Amino acid sequence: MKQLEEKVFKVIMIGAAMIIICVLIYIIGTIFYKGLPSLSLDMITKLPGGGFYLGKEGGVLNAIVGSLYIIIGSLALSMIISVPLVMYINFYLPKNSVFSGLIRFSLDILFGIPSIVYGAFGFALMVYLGIRASLLGGIITVGMLIMPIMMRSLDEVTRLLSRDLPDALLSMGATKYEMTKVIIKQLMPGLVTATLLAVGRGIGDAATVLFTAGYTDNIPTALNQPAASLPLAIFFQLGSPVEEVQNRAYASAVILTVLILILSFSARYFSSKFSKNKI
Amino acid sequence: MRKSRLVKDKTARHVMLGIAVFAVLFLLIMGLSLFLKALPIMKEKNLWVLLTSSDWKPFKGDFGFLPFILSTFYVSLIAIVIALPFSILTSIYLNSYASGNVRRFFEPVVDLLSGIPPVIYGVWATLTIVPLIANKIAPKFVEYSTGYTVLAGGLVLAIMIIPLLISIIVEVFRSIPREMTDASLSMGATKWQTVKRVILRRSFPGILAATILALSRAFGETMAVLMVCGNIAQIPHSVFDAGYPLPALIANNYGEMLSMPNYESALMFSAFLLFVIVILFNGISRFTLNQVEKRYQLT
Repeated sequence: MKQLEEKVFKVIMIGAAMIIICVLIYIIGTIFYKGLPSLSLDMITKLPGGGFYLGKEGGVLNAIVGSLYIIIGSLALSMIISVPLVMYINFYLPKNSVFSGLIRFSLDILFGIPSIVYGAFGFALMVYLGIRASLLGGIITVGMLIMPIMMRSLDEVTRLLSRDLPDALLSMGATKYEMTKVIIKQLMPGLVTATLLAVGRGIGDAATVLFTAGYTDNIPTALNQPAASLPLAIFFQLGSPVEEVQNRAYASAVILTVLILILSFSARYFSSKFSKNKI
Repeated sequence: MRKSRLVKDKTARHVMLGIAVFAVLFLLIMGLSLFLKALPIMKEKNLWVLLTSSDWKPFKGDFGFLPFILSTFYVSLIAIVIALPFSILTSIYLNSYASGNVRRFFEPVVDLLSGIPPVIYGVWATLTIVPLIANKIAPKFVEYSTGYTVLAGGLVLAIMIIPLLISIIVEVFRSIPREMTDASLSMGATKWQTVKRVILRRSFPGILAATILALSRAFGETMAVLMVCGNIAQIPHSVFDAGYPLPALIANNYGEMLSMPNYESALMFSAFLLFVIVILFNGISRFTLNQVEKRYQLT
């Protein structure tokens, strides 16, 4: 009897796992199947031409470059905050101190806040500061979204770091600040992983940039100009009644999916490299 | 020379302290500014009326959030009911049965599922789930459905929260001391009996915390749900009715937000509502998970 139960549940469990794998394949497969036929070189090298939204020629270069600008800016912003923060928690504050616990806890909570709330807050902040929907607005809001992601992932690898190196550095007479500079070099692969994770999350998020970055057919040349982004390009094109435009939404979805695949696999590659270094 | 080194060190320390304080206060700033933005509507209307009225006529100044709150709740509930069994079963499999190779193969699968952007999930769901519901599932139960329904939203959300659930539940299982499972196995219990009587029982608080966390993630998910949910401001009476969750409400109306009195405040009120719920749920769940971690670290 108990052997039978064992077998039945094993089959159910393998079934559940298989279904999850199949769903993933189904999602990526559907996107590629629908999008690849409409994907052309024009899509990734041209700006939307006249009549683009009626199905005429052009591409989504504006959205690709816009997304890149937003993510580069927000990455810089979140790095300026998260790197010193992680160093401070791990090397300046005593181990298991109340303050570091509080910081970690509040970042865990920030991590869970939905991107639409960041979007709304970003919008409120921009109104307060008198910024219009622009590249700068997008950078600030996406920066807020990815900061906790980066900080958590960096904190995790930093915690795994052996204490020998910091102790050795300090006993050589280095100040703590000099010590952290050396340690950051050691943490490079971890920093790369954290960056890739953050980029993956930030580049695909539509709800944050919806209010804050605006949308435009051009490539922004200054921080106060609106910037297009890939997820919004997909969303807006899909809403069009014209079939060619909808097909371009699928093609844009392929572009975004490929980006995410590359980011996800390189993050995995770098994190495995890091764990090898450790052993 | 020596002095400048020390000055640098001191400055760095102060800057870092400043950033740390800012990080902790940030949550407060965020909550406060959303609250202030939502204040005008809360002053004008009774909070209870806002939450329990189902009249949504922004042109006339009626703001009843009940349809949106209920839609959010239904969609998330469907998602969790579907996702939880899958996640628990898969996590048990990964933790107690699967070989190292299977586990290594599964890691990128979970990574990718959590890495796919919401908008891609939305595109996929409009292509597959929506027609499936409109043509196959709904006709068996109701006369007509567009497919853009609460059920569609729940299904996409279920897939989206599975990776979160699996990664936390596997982590919770891993925190159970090996001696316990070994003891059970050596007494002649089968693997499944061990899972049932030792692992699942022991990890109940952890699984509960994971569920709450996933639920709060589901509450706030915007784009994917927005694209398949129908977005009609009504209380959904069956899973084949259209719903209009709170995040979708905010996202859909950002453009016209400033042109109507109180409308902006009403939308900020929904953002504030989401913020409060998510913080509450996250707080409870993170606290529980931290306790679980601590309890087993000592033994």
